Amino acid sequence: MNTQSITQKLANPTRFMSLSGAILPWLSVLAALVLTYGLYLSFFESPPDYQQGETVRIMFIHVPSAWLATMVYALIAISSFGLLVFRHPLADVSAKAAAPLGAAFTFLALVTGSMWGKPMWGTYWVWDARLTSVLILFFLYLGLIALRSSFEDETLAAKLTAILALVGVAILPVIKFSVEWWNTLHQPSTGLTSSVHLDIRIPLLVMALAFTLMFFAMHLKAMRNEIMRRRIKAMQRARVDRVGASSVASAESSS
Amino acid sequence: MSAFWTLLKRDLLLAMREGSAVGTALGFYLIVVALLPLGLGPDLNLLSRIAPGILWIALLLAALLSLGRLFEADDEDGSLEVMALGEMPLEIVAVAKALAHWLSTGIPLVLAAPVLAILLNLDINAYGVLVLSLLIGTPAISFLGLIGAALTLRAKKGGLLLALLVLPLYVPTLIFGISAINAALSGFGGFYASLMILGAISMGAVVLGPIASAAALRFQMQ
Amino acid sequence: MLLTVKSLVVDRGDRRIIDDLSFSLRAGETLTLLGPNGVGKTTLIRALAGFLAHQSGEILLEGPGLDEEKPVGESCHYVGHANGMKSSLTVIENLSFWSHYFGSERRLGKETNTCDDENTQPFEQSLRVALEQFDLFELADIPAGYLSAGQKRRLGLARLLVSKRPLWLLDEPTVSLDQASVMLLGEAVKAHVAGGGLVVAATHIPLGLENTRELLLASRSVVA
Repeated sequence: MNTQSITQKLANPTRFMSLSGAILPWLSVLAALVLTYGLYLSFFESPPDYQQGETVRIMFIHVPSAWLATMVYALIAISSFGLLVFRHPLADVSAKAAAPLGAAFTFLALVTGSMWGKPMWGTYWVWDARLTSVLILFFLYLGLIALRSSFEDETLAAKLTAILALVGVAILPVIKFSVEWWNTLHQPSTGLTSSVHLDIRIPLLVMALAFTLMFFAMHLKAMRNEIMRRRIKAMQRARVDRVGASSVASAESSS
Repeated sequence: MSAFWTLLKRDLLLAMREGSAVGTALGFYLIVVALLPLGLGPDLNLLSRIAPGILWIALLLAALLSLGRLFEADDEDGSLEVMALGEMPLEIVAVAKALAHWLSTGIPLVLAAPVLAILLNLDINAYGVLVLSLLIGTPAISFLGLIGAALTLRAKKGGLLLALLVLPLYVPTLIFGISAINAALSGFGGFYASLMILGAISMGAVVLGPIASAAALRFQMQ
Repeated sequence: MLLTVKSLVVDRGDRRIIDDLSFSLRAGETLTLLGPNGVGKTTLIRALAGFLAHQSGEILLEGPGLDEEKPVGESCHYVGHANGMKSSLTVIENLSFWSHYFGSERRLGKETNTCDDENTQPFEQSLRVALEQFDLFELADIPAGYLSAGQKRRLGLARLLVSKRPLWLLDEPTVSLDQASVMLLGEAVKAHVAGGGLVVAATHIPLGLENTRELLLASRSVVA
């Protein structure tokens, strides 16, 4: 991998750009269709829960968001591994583009969770084991974004963020285990984890699929933006070099 | 191994000569613990109930703040680069530095905890488990903090960033440390399980911390 | 002892600093790196030490008693812009730390008899040599923080002598040194080279050496 030339490095993102450019419109349309169908199912087809009433519909946003929160972190971890071990040129683009999206879905999971909690628990926030785990996951996302933004050297920032992502993946199961332990000590189960009725299971699955498709469409778009941003940066750098070189040349010729 | 002991000895000697880091950490620990009753009111029942949590969290913050300088001084004066050229791998360098931090800052903070527990009216029966849980748990603070110190070594905004990165990693240590003390307070025993898990977390940190921080250091020295 | 650099390519970020550089250096030779600022002298030295990964090419250090599996960095002393000394430790404590830290090094091996003698000498002996060579004997028990910039630099250079390593990488070693101290450094380099060592130095000030080769690094060509 050390011997990879710069042209090879460029070739790969170039192929990615043409491929993703072809896929993106179809993926976006598909995500929109599935999402529309899922929303229709969630709001019109599924019955209100006999206990939770209409509030159960919040679950159709909350559960897919929570699912994406973990899946995106896993995606970032895999990308980070790809960057550190295989030095794949697209790995960092993927990790960088995914972090804010993951943080956004995690935040959405937290907000919908507490909106669901208000009628159920009588308060917006309860230190439920799942919500607490998601909250800590949100902190991990914030750490990734903050660490990346604190270095001017983008390659260095990418590698350090990748290390942090892998450390996070190693510790996340321990965090989840400890939060559940802590929760059973202090609090009876809150019902957020109660068994899911079949009537809402199908819309839930459709919504999960819709959210996943939506995420991948957004991720692809964000990756394309990132690649274009890097190209512009490289072009601007090259122009600085060119101007510098010509001014040196003119200085030499005049003297 | 002689390089390891040499480095450990040097770091302990420096900690002793320069002294201020330990003093600041102890002072911080004291003031945080003293401020909380001022905020919560002097209800001794309430204070003794939340004492385990306060003692653990304040110690965590005090240790965390002293971690920021762990590699910084060696990086500024060029020592870190020279160390990297030794035969001892950077991972072991990181172990020596974290161990020195634990011995020079972690242990004094642990020893201060029972004194501060008096201020919070902690049940006398829990003192033993308090110190034990801190002793077993603080290596995780040093060795996980190592990762944050290495990652933020040349970052634009060191201190606050370090806290943001590292504090989520401390959640398991905190939970099991406090639950051990609470188990002892409840009188039913059962704090062994928490202490065992706490020990396992610390051992995991001793492995994970040096590997991750050595990788981060190598990237930053480039 | 032979240092070989074959078609070395080093990038910093998106920029190519060193493009296809090859040279070799034999035992007893000094290589002086020349060229304007920003041309990649520091980059080359840091790449030799192993701090910087190279995109392609090879850096090899071969010789008797050298394990080729080991990175080149473990066979060299590096003196950069910082001295690697603690201001609250005394001069002798600083040197003693580095001497013990690198303690187990037995690098020059059986190449010459003099080196064998020096390898077996106790730490105290090598410390004494280092202090005397860089005229620090009087200051031995003074905390390094009290020293002047020039004295600190001499202390940083004295590190070269407390443990034996065949390759010295010196990046602007004469910064803040006066004329007399530059002479002391020149003598140390001469002795090291005479003992079969190698030196790569980026310096504007000649160290007054014979048998030195020069490498002029040219500004990297910019394609318009």
